[in-house]
Formats: sequence, structure tokens, C-alpha cells
Amino acid sequence: MTLGQSVHKHIIEVEGLKTQFGDFVVHENLDLRVREGEILGVVGGSGTGKSVLMRAIIGLKRPSEGVVKVFGEDFYAADHQARLSIEQRWGVLFQGGALFSSMTVAQNVMAPIREHLNLPEELAKDIAALKISMSGLPEEAGAKYPSELSGGMKKRAGLARALALDPEIVFLDEPTAGLDPIGAAKFDDLIVNLKESLGLTVFMVTHDLDTLHATCDRVAVLAEKHVIACGPLDEVRRTDHPWISEYFSGPRGRAALSAKAS
Amino acid sequence: MTDSAATFDIDMKGGVLSLIARGDWRARYLGAIDGKLRDFTDDSIGRDIIIDLSAVEKLDTSGAMVLQRTFHACAERTSASKIVGARDSHAALLEQVEQHLAPCHVEPLHGNAFVMVLRRLGKGVIDAMLAGQAILSFIGEILSTFARSVMQPSRFRWTATVHHMEEAGLNAIPIIGLMSFLIGSVVAFMGAKILQLFNADIFTVELVGISVLREFGVLLSAILIAGRSGSAFTAQIGSMKIREEIDAMKVLGLDPLEVLVLPRVMALVIMLPVIAFLAAMLGMIGGGLVAWLAMDISPALFMVRTQETIIMNHFWAGLIKAPFFAFVIAVVGCYQGMEVEGSAESLGQRTTLSVVQALFLVILIDAFFAMFFLEIDF
Repeated sequence: MTLGQSVHKHIIEVEGLKTQFGDFVVHENLDLRVREGEILGVVGGSGTGKSVLMRAIIGLKRPSEGVVKVFGEDFYAADHQARLSIEQRWGVLFQGGALFSSMTVAQNVMAPIREHLNLPEELAKDIAALKISMSGLPEEAGAKYPSELSGGMKKRAGLARALALDPEIVFLDEPTAGLDPIGAAKFDDLIVNLKESLGLTVFMVTHDLDTLHATCDRVAVLAEKHVIACGPLDEVRRTDHPWISEYFSGPRGRAALSAKAS
Repeated sequence: MTDSAATFDIDMKGGVLSLIARGDWRARYLGAIDGKLRDFTDDSIGRDIIIDLSAVEKLDTSGAMVLQRTFHACAERTSASKIVGARDSHAALLEQVEQHLAPCHVEPLHGNAFVMVLRRLGKGVIDAMLAGQAILSFIGEILSTFARSVMQPSRFRWTATVHHMEEAGLNAIPIIGLMSFLIGSVVAFMGAKILQLFNADIFTVELVGISVLREFGVLLSAILIAGRSGSAFTAQIGSMKIREEIDAMKVLGLDPLEVLVLPRVMALVIMLPVIAFLAAMLGMIGGGLVAWLAMDISPALFMVRTQETIIMNHFWAGLIKAPFFAFVIAVVGCYQGMEVEGSAESLGQRTTLSVVQALFLVILIDAFFAMFFLEIDF
């Protein structure tokens, strides 16, 4: 097992993380490693700090203790320039899409391209069109404003923006929440497809058991302020912990499993 | 790194064009060659082309897209056209990108500029008409809601009203008082300068008294409240609208007019006269202080002179306008809040509009009152 792990390159390393809001401690002594090129699903009950963990990794919530290393570099100790270059190597899809409401979808996708790459306008437009199409949006969506899009389209547009700079890591916060089952399944396919063709590493916070089965290489379970289990789904499922057994053996867990089997 | 930036060479062998790509074909390096590549594409339309990728070090989706775009630029490539020398990972990228080459629009389509101008003009006129109609119907709704509340006082939201009285009224008093005090002293200063020329210093008292009591006190209060509370009403109600809180209220059987609008309107209508009164008094004090310090008109003399020459009409003429101003400010603020749609930008536009319209209407009403008082000799 240790031998197997040592060959993997870790693209995100979280060590001894402690985050808190005032006196309320969300994580304590949390360790997590994300391997290059995998899809890691982070699950946990409501309020266990899945999104907070993601925010701690992407630099939005400074931990009170511990180290967060992305691409081997300590994000919170890095200087401004180093942070900027790290930030260009990841893409983030927020839960509601977090699209800039005053811009069209295509302008949203072009925003990071314009900001970070000094490209001619025409080329930036072509790249935006490519990302929009790769995210599974119809081409007419480019000229629409976020308020004119459905929930699923907003997520796809958010994904297109996250992919704008060809990131190496993509963070997804509940990518399938609020989508209908067909849309959610398509989104799962899209993520797997993009991961395979672009060689992405995906860090995904999710509640969705079907998504876990369909996409994740490994699963990390958050409970009691730290990661209680991390590994391939089948391995994690057999872990002896009340929350895990309830999560995977509850009616929804069994349904997702049988759907996967069939 | 930079020495391996994307480049390409063009070669012609036996009637077949070949494009040999070299270096790092990632998005950040494409800017330098995109123009040249487009020129090349335009020139080579309709010819066979071989794209050789064996010297490409790095490739991302943007690079793959640019290569595919060049390759597909002509609809009728023959079988002699091909992409050669791609590594497995690059070939996979090229394949992935190939299905997604269609361009898309960045902005909504615009028509002919002249037609657009006409359309905007027409839309502006019709929108203004509809907005006027809508605001009148909004006022009607508020009045009928008010009437209902009078019939059933238990339905009236006292707590909310008192909250807004504090928020929009009480908390505004320090700043409005200070402004009014300063304006009163400035008026006295300006008057003193001129009136001293005619040896008519004592008329400073009338100048300060009439201007502050009739106009400045109430007008300044209204302007500050429009900027401070009218905009806040729009932002509060508008963000509730964006988050569907207004819809939630409606389906729960709560009337947004009764819960949100009426308390705000009532709070301002009650508080603005109070604020205007305080403002007028502080303006008088400011004027009196300047008269005393700069012109040796003692406070006692100032008081006596005020009592002798300034009739109560001036005071009432100022104060009577306050509830009207308050009503207009609150109604415009709430109405614009209710009109917010979807985006953060709309909220910003509506908030601006709310302040601009409220100020415009306040000054318009003030002008009507001035003419009216002139006609009836008040």
C-alpha cells in the first residue's frame, strides 16, 4: 500500500489543517493529499466543512494552523507573484456558478483570458467559444447573460470559465446539486471526459452518491473535524464508521450502488 | 521558457503545403503567432495541407484549437491533408477539440446603428410612460394598503415602522444637523458681506431666518434622506427581490406592500418633518452664531429681531413640505426596489435611478410649492 502510494505525485497536500470561525473549530489536524490526474470526491454531512476545506485550499479561508501546499508550494506563505501564478493553474466552479452578472457568458469566459494572457481579441473569442462548446453549452449561450440561463447552464458556463486558462486542477463545489438527474448524469460524463482528455486533476465537493460512483477515483470522507477515510470508493465503503455505513448503506446509497452495478 | 515559444514554418513540397509547428503551443504563447497564422490560413484556402506536430513540445486546448482551425479552414480538404507527428496526448487533445470549433457570439446581436438609436428612443419614451403609469398604480396600492391598515390597526407593522424611523430618521440627525448648521452659517456669512456694504447688517437675521426656515432646512433634509435612505430602501428591497424573498412572502400570504413598503413610507413621513424642524433650528443657530461672532449681533438681539420680523408663515411653509418630500422619496425608493430584476447590475441601476428620481421630484415639488405659496401670498 505504501509502495503504491509513493509512486503518485501529490498535487495538493494539506497537513495539520485547522480552520475556525471565531471559537467554532471546523477542521482540526486535517490531512489530505490529492494525486495528480485523479478525481477526488469529498463527502461529509452538512456542516462538516467540505466547502470550507475547499475554500482553505483555494486561498479564500486562511487556516489558523497547518500547511496547504498546491503544486508543491505553500500557498499562504507564497508572495503575491507566486500566488498569481498558482491561481492561473487552477480553475474553480462555485456552487451557484458565481458568474459575473454584468457580463455575457462569453465575456465571463474571456475575463481570465484577458486578464492573464496577452492575446488578440479574436483569439480570445475563439478560445472562449471552444471552452463554451467543451462545457456542453450551445453556441448561442455565449451571448446570453447569466440571468437568462437555467441552473444547469449556469454551472456549465461556470465550468467553461474555470477551464478558460487550461488549468491543471479544477475545484468543483457541488457540481450536480440542483440539476435534474439527466442533467447531473451528463455533467458527470462531462467531468470524466474533460479529466481524461485534458489530464485534469479534479477536487470535487459533493453530496451526490451517483456522481461519486460515476466519476471519482478516490473519495475522502470528512467527519469529526478531519478526514476519517480516504481511498477508492469500495475501500471507503467498508470502513467501520457509523456515518460512513449510514451514508453508503442508506436507501440512496444502495440505489446508487445498484444503478452502478446494472 | 520563452525561447521555446510557439513558432511555425511553412514549406512547399510537390504542391503540398506543410506547416511545421515548433515549441510551446499553449495559450500564453499564441498571441504572437495568431495573426500570422490567420494570414496563412487565408492564403492557403483550398489547398492540401500537412500539419507536422513532431516538434511541438507542449500543447493545450487553445493550441489544439488554433491548429484545428487552420486545418479546417477550407471546407474541401482532400485526403492528402493530414496532421502528422502528434504525440498520443496531443492527438487526444486535437480530437477532443475538433468537435468544438464552432464560433459563438460574445455579445447579444445588435442591428443597424441608426435603427438602434430609433429603437432606444422609442423604447425610452414608452418605458417612461409605462414607468409613470406603474408608479401611479404603486402609489394607489400603497394608499389602499394604508386605508386597510387604518381599518384594521392590528395589521399595521409597528415594530418595522419604528425600526425604520430609527434607521432612516434618528440615525440621520447628526449629519443633517451638522450640514444644516454649516449652511446656516454660510448664508449668514455671505449675507453679512453684502449687507455690510449698505450698512444693513441687521437684515442678516431675516436672510437667515427666511431662507433656512422656508427652504434650506427641509430641502437639505430631503436631499440627504433621499441619498441616504431612498437608496437604502431600493437596495434592501431589491436584494430581497433577487433572492426571491419577495416571492416567498407573496406565497406565504404576506403582502410585501404591507410588510416592506408601508412601514418605510410611514417612517419617513413621520420622521422627515421632525428632521426638517431640527435642521431648521440648527440652521438658525449656525446663522445666529456667525451673526454674533462676525457682526456683533448678540444672540438676544438676534432673537428679538427674529420674533419681530419673521412671521410663523415662513416656518409652516417649510415644514408643510416635509411629509410630501418624505412620501415621494420613500415611494420612489421602494418602487425602484420592487423593479430590480436578476442581476447585481440591475440593482445598481435601480439604486442610482431611485436617488436621481427622488431628488428630481423633490425639487420639482418644491418649485410647485414655491409658486403656490406665491399665488396665495403665504
